[in-house]
Amino acid sequence: MTTPAPSPATGHLRFEAVTKRFGAHLAVDRVDLDLAPGQVFCLLGPSGCGKSTLLRLTAGFEEPSAGKILLDGQDLAGAAPHRRPVNMMFQSYALFPHRDVARNVAYGLEREGLRKAEVAARVAEMLRLVQLDHLSARRPDQLSGGQRQRVALARALAKRPRVLLLDEPLGALDRALREETQAELRALQRRLGTTFVVVTHDPAEAMVLADRIGVMAAGRLVQVGSAAELYERPATRYVASLLGDVNLIEGRLGGGGAGALRGLETPLGLVQAFDHHGAGPAGAPGLLALRPERLTLAGQGLPGTLLDATYLGDRIVYRVGMADGRVLRAAGAPGAGLGVGTPVHLSFSSDDASLLPADSA
Amino acid sequence: MTGRRRESLRDFLGRLALPAVPLLWLLAFFGLPFLVVVKISLSDPATALPPYTPVLDWDAGLAGWADVFAALDFENYRTLIADPLYLAAGLTSLGVALAATGLLILVGYPIAYAMARAPKAWQPLLVALMVIPFWTSFLIRVYAWIAILKADGLLNQALLALGLVVKPVEILNTPAAVMIGVVYAYLPFMVLPLYAVLERLDRGLIEAARDLGASRLGAFRTVTVPLSLPGLLAGALLCFIPITGEFIIPDLLGGTDTLMLGRVLWTEFFSNRDWPLASAVAVVLLVIVAGPVVLFREAESRRLERP
Amino acid sequence: MHRAHPLAWAALGLGLAFLYGPILLVVVYSFNASRLVTVWAGFSTRWYAGLLDNGPLVDSALVTLKVALASAGLATVLGTLAALALDGRRRFPGRPLLTGLVYAPMVMPEVITGLSLLLLFVGLGIPRGVWTIVIAHATFTLCFVAVVVQARLRQLDRSLLEAAADLGAAPVTVFRTVTLPLIAPAVIAGFLLAFTLSMDDLVIASFVSGPGATTLPMRLYSQVRLGVTPEINAISTLLIGAVSVAVLGASVLTARRGR
Repeated sequence: MTTPAPSPATGHLRFEAVTKRFGAHLAVDRVDLDLAPGQVFCLLGPSGCGKSTLLRLTAGFEEPSAGKILLDGQDLAGAAPHRRPVNMMFQSYALFPHRDVARNVAYGLEREGLRKAEVAARVAEMLRLVQLDHLSARRPDQLSGGQRQRVALARALAKRPRVLLLDEPLGALDRALREETQAELRALQRRLGTTFVVVTHDPAEAMVLADRIGVMAAGRLVQVGSAAELYERPATRYVASLLGDVNLIEGRLGGGGAGALRGLETPLGLVQAFDHHGAGPAGAPGLLALRPERLTLAGQGLPGTLLDATYLGDRIVYRVGMADGRVLRAAGAPGAGLGVGTPVHLSFSSDDASLLPADSA
Repeated sequence: MTGRRRESLRDFLGRLALPAVPLLWLLAFFGLPFLVVVKISLSDPATALPPYTPVLDWDAGLAGWADVFAALDFENYRTLIADPLYLAAGLTSLGVALAATGLLILVGYPIAYAMARAPKAWQPLLVALMVIPFWTSFLIRVYAWIAILKADGLLNQALLALGLVVKPVEILNTPAAVMIGVVYAYLPFMVLPLYAVLERLDRGLIEAARDLGASRLGAFRTVTVPLSLPGLLAGALLCFIPITGEFIIPDLLGGTDTLMLGRVLWTEFFSNRDWPLASAVAVVLLVIVAGPVVLFREAESRRLERP
Repeated sequence: MHRAHPLAWAALGLGLAFLYGPILLVVVYSFNASRLVTVWAGFSTRWYAGLLDNGPLVDSALVTLKVALASAGLATVLGTLAALALDGRRRFPGRPLLTGLVYAPMVMPEVITGLSLLLLFVGLGIPRGVWTIVIAHATFTLCFVAVVVQARLRQLDRSLLEAAADLGAAPVTVFRTVTLPLIAPAVIAGFLLAFTLSMDDLVIASFVSGPGATTLPMRLYSQVRLGVTPEINAISTLLIGAVSVAVLGASVLTARRGR
């Protein structure tokens, strides 16, 4: 590949207390974020959580109501979209219907006033990169969904942006194509070394693509971390349930603080769990978060009755009725079947259980 | 990176320059003229050129304005009220416009409905067939009816040949001829907005109504009609407003007794050269159509600015 | 199930017959050998042959063409600007005013528009003639252009414009390279509409024209008042033919562009 990887010193994006209001609606609420150059960062959240607005603020389509967005130390405030060294891949792809594939990819280069031969060479290179060189004369409406997606990607990358912004880049593809494209996108990013900021509502996609994930809810950045960190050590109830199945048991926090084991008085008895992020002061309401696969059916532990067992191929999910009437889910490797109605005990390691504040979103 | 200030000043100027050109043009050639009409309608007629005594001397400055208010008189409006001819013309205008709009709804609705229910492949052709007459000369289309409606015209020839009448029927130069002409000329204006809403109507809604026990007519009455009301309103206004001020149709097809405001204005202006009185008629006509115009504007901008 | 009632079909058929019958009659009788317009006396093209020798008629046709071209050009520029200004949620002082001014002239009775413009021209001491008709026609037709273009702009995917800006195009470049090519069919349609409306107008032109600026509709009107003649039928047929060709050409053009 002839495209040189940008030096890792560029593509450093920083958000400082960025806030965006639309009238009375607070779309982005004091977001602080520092993105490492050359990495893939995913903004994850439901529609309307402010993740797309954050992307549009970076591209320059909106100006922040307060706060700063810095690219390699430079404040982007007031710079029009066409003057920003970042490019965007749109959710709808936004391919120009009146230009063929090659001229779509050439569009940004033509704006730089490059010579024709230079433009043509770079277009050819980009189309080879996304394996579309044989379709350069097609019009967008003559392409399949996957091909359009790749044209959009090539067009956005053609200008060698310091940061590439991707708004639901795979949202319009069907499931099978999406998984294949995720891997391609990831490989392409590794090769180019460009900083990617990806907006998605799909936790699985974020976990596949991202080096780091930022979870957003109601305009606020709730938690930032690697997929493993978010999964194993969620900071809030929302993050815990967004990334996979989780059992939540409410209770009253015991003494202690962040970074240590502490007790939680629950209707099922006193349990010990790890408080990673500071769940609250002693005596405050708290939550115990437990992944089903970390709960095991054992000879001792919390007593309950097996309600049913669902065979899912790689695992079996048990639903266990507890003494106070609640139902917990435990997952285990397929093995000897247990009869419905059998009394069982559930046990877990305190290191695998997290304590969360009860009132967190 | 360019500074925020310079960028936003340029944006600001750009934001102003774009609307400024059409806005100033329309203010100068559509807004301002109305003020002139109002002004002239308050002046006295004269046999000079231009045939009115200006009440307002633009150069007289502030002192001039005092004279203006002293000299303003509503004599022309008094004439309009006092002379039964003008009152009759106003009532005829309103009556013709209302009756024609009602008739257009009755004629236009089934046509629009059939168009919307026609096979998809035919619909562009049917729309084109509705639009083409609109592109051909209004004057010629009205003129065509003279040959049809006159005493020895084609309609009477046909009626006589069929033995339906024994002597030619007097149609040309009657209110009936005006009504035929108006319905003919404005039919596409009623059909097209109606078609636009009926075509978008989700057919599933009618199936749902039938499924819930509505008869065919019941589904039409309780689902189709209420949902087509915006198109009906647009069509009705698009017909009612211009018909109220219509000149060509009553002039060519109507008799001397079918006096409508547009025609009165024309006569006062061109034949009697009474510009102030013509202006007063224009103001009255404007007051009559102002409500519907505002209503139409609201409906249109809401339709077009919906995100 | 979804078929319209047979009565609706009948209405559609009758409606089309109603719309086209009179026009067809004018065309047919323009080829009538007899001067008696309602008595058929054989096929003839004699009325067409006489038209070209009719000097005043040819003059007014040329005036009409000139006015229509100039006013439609002006209206296309102004109307497109208005549509662009009113597009989206762009905010500027006077926006509600412009919205009102764009929709009102479309439905305003022509006698009012004509009279008020004439009084303005007289008040300002502007000599009346071809150019006052051009101004008057541009004013009322620009609204139709604005509505046609605005409808197209509304269908335009916003993200195309953002994508262009994102790829480094300044606002003017975005307009030139993306907006304009994509709204071009609507701009052309708007021009043709303005052109036809100008060619067709009798009332407004009658008010604002001056000596030497008699348009075809004005001349036709003065003859029509005297009764139906085969010459008028012939002129009308020519006009209908010209418009049909123009409309057909335009629809073929936009259909080809649309593909």
